[in-house]
Amino acid sequence: METLTFLQTSWFALIGALLAGYALLDGFDLGAGSLLPFLAADDEEKLVVFNSIWPFWDGNEVWLVTGGAALFAAFPHAYATVFSGFYLAFMLVLFALIFRAVSMEFWYYDEKRRGLWSAAFVAGSLLPSLLYGVALGNVMVGIPLAESMEFTGNFFTLLRPYPLAIGLLGLFAILLQGVTYIAMKTDGAVQNRARSIFGRVWGLFIAAMALSFAATIVYMPESLSNPLVWISAAVSIAAWLLCRLFASGGKTGLSFAMSSLALLGLWGIVGATQFPNLVRATGNASLNITLYNASSSEKTLWVMLYIALIGMPIVIFYTFYVYRIFRGKVMITK
Amino acid sequence: MDVVLLSRIQFAVAAGFHFIFPPLTLGITLVILVIETLFLKSGEEIYKTISAFLIKILGLIFALGVATGIVLEFSFGTNWAQYSRLVGDIFGAPLAAEGILAFFLESVFLGVLLFGRNRVSRRMYWVSAFLVFLGSHLSGFWIIIANSWMQTPAGFAIEGGRAVLTDFNAAVFNPSTVIRFLHTMLAGWITGTLFLAGIAAWYLLNKRHEAMPKIIMKISLIIFIFSALAQFASGHSSSVQVAKTQPEKMAAFEALWKTTEGAPLSLFGIPVESERKTYLEVSIPKLLSLLVHFDPNAKIMGLDEFGPDERPPVLLPFMSYHVMIALGSLFALLAVLSAFMLIRQTAYASKWFLVSMIAAISLPHLANEFGWISAEVGRQPWAVYRVLKTADAVSVVVPAWQVLFSLIMFSMIYLLLFTVFVAILLKIVKKGPGAKAGGY
Ligand code: HDD
Ligand code: HEM
Ligand code: HEM
Repeated sequence: METLTFLQTSWFALIGALLAGYALLDGFDLGAGSLLPFLAADDEEKLVVFNSIWPFWDGNEVWLVTGGAALFAAFPHAYATVFSGFYLAFMLVLFALIFRAVSMEFWYYDEKRRGLWSAAFVAGSLLPSLLYGVALGNVMVGIPLAESMEFTGNFFTLLRPYPLAIGLLGLFAILLQGVTYIAMKTDGAVQNRARSIFGRVWGLFIAAMALSFAATIVYMPESLSNPLVWISAAVSIAAWLLCRLFASGGKTGLSFAMSSLALLGLWGIVGATQFPNLVRATGNASLNITLYNASSSEKTLWVMLYIALIGMPIVIFYTFYVYRIFRGKVMITK
Repeated sequence: MDVVLLSRIQFAVAAGFHFIFPPLTLGITLVILVIETLFLKSGEEIYKTISAFLIKILGLIFALGVATGIVLEFSFGTNWAQYSRLVGDIFGAPLAAEGILAFFLESVFLGVLLFGRNRVSRRMYWVSAFLVFLGSHLSGFWIIIANSWMQTPAGFAIEGGRAVLTDFNAAVFNPSTVIRFLHTMLAGWITGTLFLAGIAAWYLLNKRHEAMPKIIMKISLIIFIFSALAQFASGHSSSVQVAKTQPEKMAAFEALWKTTEGAPLSLFGIPVESERKTYLEVSIPKLLSLLVHFDPNAKIMGLDEFGPDERPPVLLPFMSYHVMIALGSLFALLAVLSAFMLIRQTAYASKWFLVSMIAAISLPHLANEFGWISAEVGRQPWAVYRVLKTADAVSVVVPAWQVLFSLIMFSMIYLLLFTVFVAILLKIVKKGPGAKAGGY
């Protein structure tokens, strides 16, 4: 392989890994946030849910910040096209993330308006969880692009059936992360609630997967000829089954791990379908934004690869370490 | 309204709001590190209580820093897509490095600071405080690199219409990086320490928590005295660097309409661009030439050397630059005064001194905002100095109404956040050290 191609492929994989890391980690706190009304009945229980994600959510969100910045650095054209093309949708995500970032803190101190801040937290978690998948579905199925790589559609272009199906799948995968995480990290009333809604979330996940499968047959049948897609889907479904098995056996840690594996399987499908495209163009494959026509120069990709290969193992090491510090069930400090 | 102007206003609002929080983070993490070091050495409970209090405040500030920082990170793609396409090869790398080498560090270990006191050893807790301090300063470092590259681009070549990296070191350590990094870090320390000293002064005035505010006050003032005096030197180096690398910016700072030998340093004035004249000007003859070139008769380039579409606006950079320097001088005076009060041991009791410390709480924020306005508006009309015009950097597919919509939304959201932030901050301060912290 030529050096440049090697670097471009590595960066495709690395950005995929960063975003997958984001999905797994922020997935559980976005999921827990979205399900808050079902998990906690009063302030004390809300505090339990908050405490279970408080030390981690910001570190988790950095996976998104870094993934986005890596996309910017490695494939500036893809970054520019998607973010400016989906302007309004991304603004909604940003508004939501702003509120999510502040509302736990505000909830804790601003006792008079706790209802408002927990609602803001729920909305701030739910909206991104849905919109990420919609955005992903769009770049997979293709969006109208000009020669200049600019997006030529409008806001409603984004809301087509295929992206909406992927949006729902993403949402339920995140909810499954959230509910299995809370079952693992808490006990007592909150854990019981997580257990009682687990079955429904679990069922909705597979329904959304079936829906996405149907949408794939209709809108992008060519991707079904890729064996990697089938393997990843099989992993995902097996993990989904095991997730239930472990959950009903009370093995909450393993059930969370299986939910994570199911989510990784979905990322496998995305990676296999996309490679070597980053953003498909509707109707004209020659306009696709790919690893090859969107990337930065060889030099930049090298420098960045060094930084990532030295930096990311260290990050993963101390992230593990800090999760270990906070292992075990959340304690109620009241 | 046109997209370029709206996008500029939106970026200025988003960055200006974001920059309320990071300087506080920089200063407060430094003070926390000092206090944790004292605790590690002495084991005295009082340090632990103080630190817990400061960490609570830091948690709140940090949440706002994160909420507003995300917006900036993605606004290059949403609002400055052409910019991203044309200089992403160079500009993206520091942002990615910032994530990998700094954001992870600060936010992962902030979790330990906020919730891990009883879960790690004393030494490990100190290490966490150190890593949060290090992480926030490193993130300042990488973002300043990115911004400095826009001010004084280096280490690149233009190929096929876009800038590509040729020399990473030259791009990272471009002519303004180091000077601006020092200037911004000192600004952060000034901001954070005056903030804490102000809070301590309020307790002392109200005769609450006697011992604790004295410790906070003393540590904050010592750092403040050093930073405020050093800021004079670093500000001077910044000015010299600007005069050498961006002469039109310096001409705008000083409202120097014509190239002059033996140029004066302006102290006050009202520049009027359309007439190319400065009203009510007060200036010191030859001082600008002397300061920049060590030669009272040296030639300094004026705005007349630059075409009408290559000159920055004058009024805004001129005013902001002068207010920043006025505030900087005030801080230097305050530093000398504080040193005097500390030595005479009257700093904790003198009523007028305590009142002035409270009054000074938000002045560094003004200096920060004006500093950025000078640096950024003074760079106009370029997004990347002499490489890419701001007008050519904006996203082409985003219609003006959408930017207007997001601008209105951001403004309203930020107003709301700021109000609640201040209310909660006052509440935490009123409760004071020793109040129960959040869970885990
Ligand atoms: C001199 C320091 C400095 C400057 C000039 C900026 N920032 Fe900032 N930023 C910080 C110093 C900082 C910090 C101290 O590191 C923060 C504040 C609170 C925090 O979480 O980290 C932060 C937070 C922060 C975050 C949230 C990180 C997280 O989730 O933990 C993002 C995405 C950005 N910033 C991005 C930016 C961008 C794109 C900027 C350029 C316009 C920028 N910042 C200017
Ligand atoms: C004491 C006299 C001071 C002088 C002569 C001075 C000089 C300067 C100059 C020339 C710039 C523009 C740099 C550029 O465009 O590249 C600048 C920027 C800035 N200043 Fe100052 N400054 C002073 C005091 C202060 C103080 C007291 C603060 C805050 C507490 C401050 C905060 C800033 C900030 C945040 C920036 C923007 C970042 C940067 O460009 O470095 N300055 N200053
Ligand atoms: C956080 C502190 C900062 C503040 C308060 C600030 C302030 C401003 C202001 C007032 C403008 C508008 C200038 C004008 O359009 O006339 C601006 C523009 C801009 N700044 Fe900064 N800035 C900050 C940091 C940065 C940094 C660190 C970067 C780069 C990483 C940056 C990149 C830009 C860009 C891309 C624009 C828009 C294009 C342009 O007008 O040149 N800014 N900023």
